[in-house]
Amino acid sequence: MSHPDLQFEADCIRRILAGEKSLFHDLIRPCERAIYFMLLSILRNETEAEDAAQDTVIKIYLNLQSFRGDSQFRTWALSIARNEGLGRLRKAVARREDSLEAETDEQTGDYTPAILTSWREIPSEALEREELGVLLRKAIQGLPEIYRNVVLLRDIEEMDVRETAVALDITEGAVKVRLHRARALLQRDLAPRLKGFAPRRGKLFGWGA
Amino acid sequence: MRIHCQHVWEYISAYIDGEVDAELRAEIDHHLETCEVCSAVLDSTRNLVILVADDRVFELPAGFSHRLHARIDIELRLAGNGDS
Repeated sequence: MSHPDLQFEADCIRRILAGEKSLFHDLIRPCERAIYFMLLSILRNETEAEDAAQDTVIKIYLNLQSFRGDSQFRTWALSIARNEGLGRLRKAVARREDSLEAETDEQTGDYTPAILTSWREIPSEALEREELGVLLRKAIQGLPEIYRNVVLLRDIEEMDVRETAVALDITEGAVKVRLHRARALLQRDLAPRLKGFAPRRGKLFGWGA
Repeated sequence: MRIHCQHVWEYISAYIDGEVDAELRAEIDHHLETCEVCSAVLDSTRNLVILVADDRVFELPAGFSHRLHARIDIELRLAGNGDS
């Protein structure tokens, strides 16, 4: 993630509102990746996520004058993306049984990690293998929505706890709890399956003894 | 104080993010020195965090940015009085 330049954002927004509309391209460029993945995490469909991302960006443009500058522009943009995604999801009622409201932080679950014995030293080059990327993407897409969003913003977009909390409209404590559970679920799901990737020296830590 | 594996698992995520206090960190470190299972859990979890942050795992669809900015251009023209 590149850290947004607040001064650049503020100047940009002021000038766009004053009529230099084409500057909007530069304003939105650093946020478009996060917007897309936020929507992909909600909608779980690439085509629809892209469509929703375009609509989100247009909404951001049309509502730019209501941005107050009390949060980072990206955080504000992501909350618009989230609303767009949730709105589309609500319209698609009954298309999925997976209820958003059913998943709460109070939910107890089995977060016992996978006790594996040979997932050590995955080389980062393994990522060039398509299969590893597919495994990771599938595992994250398979997480309950409340965990998926947090992983996306904290671990994929590397946003801080506060910014993530604002974008998702939850407390910082909830961000931490959800992130912990999400990682535990991913570890349990993926660690045994990633054993297949040949152990080699790399920048990663071991996968298990 | 000796801590249990279960206790370590509970704080793995915070430990990775550097959000545990010095005392708890020392306890966990001490436990990790002797517990192969917890070391493996920690290492594999940390690997996951590294892997999911890799841009190669989550790439934008080909042409995404191009299509998005083309749509913005259309919208800016529709909005009228644009400078572009």
